[in-house]
Amino acid sequence: MNAIEARGLTRRFANLLAVDGVDLTVAKSQVYGFLGPNGSGKSTTIRMLCGLLSPSAGQIQVLGLQVPQQAEQLKRHIGYMTQKFSLYEDLTVQENLEFLAAVHDLPRLRTRARISDLLRRYWLGDRLNQLAGTLSGGQKQRLALAGAVLHEPELLFLDEPTSAVDPQSRREFWDSLFELADAGTTILVSTHYMDEAERCHRLAILDQGRLVADGAPRELCASLPYAVWLIDCSQPRRAQQALQQQAGIVALAQIGAELRVLASSTAWDADALRQHLQGGSIEAQVRRGYPNLEDVFVAATRKPARDIAGALA
Amino acid sequence: MSLRRLLSIVIKELRQLRRDRLTFAMIIGIPTMQLLLFGFAINLDVRHLDAAVLDQANTARSRELVAELGAGQVLNLRSALSSPQQLDELLREGRISVGVVIPPDFENRLERGDRAALQLVVDGSDQVVQQAARQLAAFPLVQLRGNATPAAAVEVVNFYNPERRAPVNTVPGLVGVILTMTMVMFTAMALVRERERGNLEMLIATPVSPWELTLGKVLPFIAIGLVQVSLVLALGKLIFAVPLRGSVFDIYLAALLFIIASLALGVFLSTLARTQFQAMQLAFFTFLPQILLSGFMFPYAGMPRAAQWLAEILPMTHFLRLIRGIALRGATLADLWTELAALAAFSTIMLGIAVMRVSKRLD
Repeated sequence: MNAIEARGLTRRFANLLAVDGVDLTVAKSQVYGFLGPNGSGKSTTIRMLCGLLSPSAGQIQVLGLQVPQQAEQLKRHIGYMTQKFSLYEDLTVQENLEFLAAVHDLPRLRTRARISDLLRRYWLGDRLNQLAGTLSGGQKQRLALAGAVLHEPELLFLDEPTSAVDPQSRREFWDSLFELADAGTTILVSTHYMDEAERCHRLAILDQGRLVADGAPRELCASLPYAVWLIDCSQPRRAQQALQQQAGIVALAQIGAELRVLASSTAWDADALRQHLQGGSIEAQVRRGYPNLEDVFVAATRKPARDIAGALA
Repeated sequence: MSLRRLLSIVIKELRQLRRDRLTFAMIIGIPTMQLLLFGFAINLDVRHLDAAVLDQANTARSRELVAELGAGQVLNLRSALSSPQQLDELLREGRISVGVVIPPDFENRLERGDRAALQLVVDGSDQVVQQAARQLAAFPLVQLRGNATPAAAVEVVNFYNPERRAPVNTVPGLVGVILTMTMVMFTAMALVRERERGNLEMLIATPVSPWELTLGKVLPFIAIGLVQVSLVLALGKLIFAVPLRGSVFDIYLAALLFIIASLALGVFLSTLARTQFQAMQLAFFTFLPQILLSGFMFPYAGMPRAAQWLAEILPMTHFLRLIRGIALRGATLADLWTELAALAAFSTIMLGIAVMRVSKRLD
């Protein structure tokens, strides 16, 4: 049985269609990523899956329970880390964790051992009596994670957990996530960082409330129906202007002195690109590149979503 | 409902309160300050009104009358005038509130008794002054004719507050005002704060129930309310010698029910407000009618029918009757059970609506 199954998940806010017919399947013990720009419906989808928000349409089954009907039952088995730090800033690290343990009905005897275990694992042992509001960004995030996994949930929802921390803390945080996944926890994590998305077992790309692509990161890159070309020339900006409006060119991005071109593999090849640039009197060397997740993301979110989803399926 | 969860919310609430210096100071500061303000400054006994005399008769008896008026505490005779124009001027400038005019034919009028022998020109822009002047109009001029004073037809005997001291009436009422102000506002803000800071989104994803959440947040305030009641009553007794004639237990029981009613109102308001600022505005919105219509500021009996109906809905009206009854008249709760029932009904209905609205959804 899958941890999450959602069909036709839809949510309307007044005039805004925040989530539009999303189908989602998350297998157990996976780290599943939600990649999408701000406002793409990541948070709204997570809130519906937790049972905090009722869907306008669609069916949700999480850990075998119907949501939102059986949401109260579900809440014993999930952990939810909100986008904004939502523990009490005017309580200490220990007080926050003790409070959450009581709220989750953790047996008193186990509470103490569990808390000291978490404090050690998330390097908060020396912050025991510090007010949560005075912790650094990375410490707050580790405390929030400790709070979310305190009752050992089967399923963990993390809404942009690393948006307020430095790269070092992000790497450590992801190590913790894989540790949890190895222990059998299913994790659904939203992000807008490509490097984080790349680390997920599977990935769903959301754009304007629609699921525009999903699959393992490597699969998504491999099945991209476009080719990546790297153009080396003395004036990459002029080359960019020359290619901008051409049919079959999906995306252009200058990376250092190089121009990275995402182009339809039927319409363009290395020679065609070189000749086109020569026509604009630009001497260039063109070589083949490998598609990465950013290319997948750009391709999926810039074109009419239906075409891409179809092309990737 | 899990007792452990409820208790953990109460403890968390108390810990937060202990660290919130401002709120903590307000719990003690508001009652003390209000008690001193209301007790010392609000005094509806009118004394020492500035007045001037225009004595156009200037006879022995008119001078006797002026001396008599000056001897009383109501008027403070500042000057003797020589023309009506002077009187007009002083009144307009607000330098006097009352002008005493003795007409030239004062003696004749006094003897014949058909026209008023004395005229009081009063600054009608102040209601309190008007009221005082009306009392002055009953001044027994007959004495001046040398006759014996006729017995008054109606005698007013002032039970319970013979010296007519205002604090005796205001201090018990003040318990109600202070509880309304702090209880409604604190609970409404405490609950909205949870939502505003994002804690609620985390909490509703846990097995916590709306009842546990609401009760846990409200219970500490019951204790705080009782502390405030004790503070006001103790200071009232020590500083203003306000009597407590009824049983102290009855007073606390009435206060407890009123605190619960106010907390219920606060919880209800918190479900309407999105921000702490809105919660505060809503609390003030309910605060004004409670002060104005409950009988604390103006007598209930004198209000129009519609206002009386409205007042009957407000918990403060019932609490005022309870506390004045118990503290000043020595009544028992059994005498006043209808007021208790009204408070209980208000609390039940309000809390019921509120908890239905405290949903565990964000939508």
